[in-house]
Amino acid sequence: MWTFFHKMGSPRWFYQISGQWLPWIAVFAFGLLAVGTVWGLAYAPADFRQGNSYRIIYVHVPASAIALAGYMLMAFAAAISLIWKMKLAEVVMKCAAPIGAGMAFISLISGALWGKPTWGTYWVWDARLTSMLILFFLYLGVIALYEAFEDNVSASKACAVLSLVGTVNIPIIYWSVEWWNSLHQPATLKLTEESTMHSDMLQPLLIMIAGFYAFYALLLLMHSRSEILVRERNTKWVKELVAKRLG
Amino acid sequence: METQAPSFMSAFSATLKRDLLLAFRRRSDFMNPLAFFLIVCSLFPLGISPDPKQLAILAPGILWVVALLACLLSSDTLFRSDFDDGSLELMLISPVSMYIQVLAKTVAHWLLTGFPLTLLAPLLGLLLQLPSSGMAALVIAMAMGTATLSFIGAIGAGLTVGIRKGGLLLSLIILPLYIPVLIFGVASVKAAVDGFDYAGQLAVLGAFLALAVTLAPLAIAASVRISADN
Repeated sequence: MWTFFHKMGSPRWFYQISGQWLPWIAVFAFGLLAVGTVWGLAYAPADFRQGNSYRIIYVHVPASAIALAGYMLMAFAAAISLIWKMKLAEVVMKCAAPIGAGMAFISLISGALWGKPTWGTYWVWDARLTSMLILFFLYLGVIALYEAFEDNVSASKACAVLSLVGTVNIPIIYWSVEWWNSLHQPATLKLTEESTMHSDMLQPLLIMIAGFYAFYALLLLMHSRSEILVRERNTKWVKELVAKRLG
Repeated sequence: METQAPSFMSAFSATLKRDLLLAFRRRSDFMNPLAFFLIVCSLFPLGISPDPKQLAILAPGILWVVALLACLLSSDTLFRSDFDDGSLELMLISPVSMYIQVLAKTVAHWLLTGFPLTLLAPLLGLLLQLPSSGMAALVIAMAMGTATLSFIGAIGAGLTVGIRKGGLLLSLIILPLYIPVLIFGVASVKAAVDGFDYAGQLAVLGAFLALAVTLAPLAIAASVRISADN
């Protein structure tokens, strides 16, 4: 376990091992997404009240879940990079921000498109929409702060502090916004209680969520790998790698 | 011979005194957020409508949003001059813990911005036709709320002090973190205007302040250190 942890500190080792994982994760992600999409869009029954428009849930819910989980992952990487000064954690933190922002954006857009047929308007200042919007802003803040520093090391440290501050604030923001206003339907998926969703609709949703997570892992790995190459561009192993590619 | 680190109180009061004295020597900086607060609040009746009824409804929100912006703009200067003349680095290598020093600096910042804003708020409430039943809630909520805002703003100020043109960036990273204070600040004033009990909202604002006072200095100290190393 600890040797694995120490090895993770080496960008070179990570680059090589993740290269082996990449095709498997890609197959897994696209397989799950294909199955989930076809099942969810074509075979799952239409909703009794919302008709076919509810099918946006198969994109909306996974994207929202990942936007949130992605922030936690970013903050976790931030904590590791601050405590153990692990280079790889800095890279992962930096790369998680734009992908998470993208997921939050997808969640907002799909939510707006879903809101039109269901609530009759693209946007309402409802608690959960607003929270997601704020989460999107928090991501934008991290990205902007990183870009503002010229030096990678300081940028990573500053962003690590900011994402940890954001993590402390997220529960407070969520709770405040929840208190402020609520119109959104209560969460469909609950870990502690029986889901209110019919299993014919639920199964493709779970597959889509798994597929989105795999897709997120794929994007994060690819982005981290290219960031590693940029950061390590002056080392011997990267130069050898480039020389080999160019022939 | 070993030099003894000064006690908590003496280090705190020395930093506080120094910052207050520096501000007193440059009084115009201290007036700017207040003038901003006054001017922006007076733009709203021009932009929306002079109708007292409409203004009364919007007043709590306007006052709080403008106070938020005034705090935001003023927090940019929190570490700026210390960073430019190198005293920030001296603070970092001094035997006193950074936690105490940034705590004192932030308290000084609040005394110079948030506190005067709080005192000015009822006057602006009158201008915006805020019913008098909301005044007490406005003052108490704003005193606690602006203190929390100072602490949150100091984190952003510490992170961006090393960056040229950090002003716009500061608003991008700090404004989302201001939202809970805005929500409960406005809610307490609205509850008071509508004749409801507003102690609950004030208690929440107090809880935010307690969290900010205890936790934020850790983040501020870390962010200042990063900026100074850069």
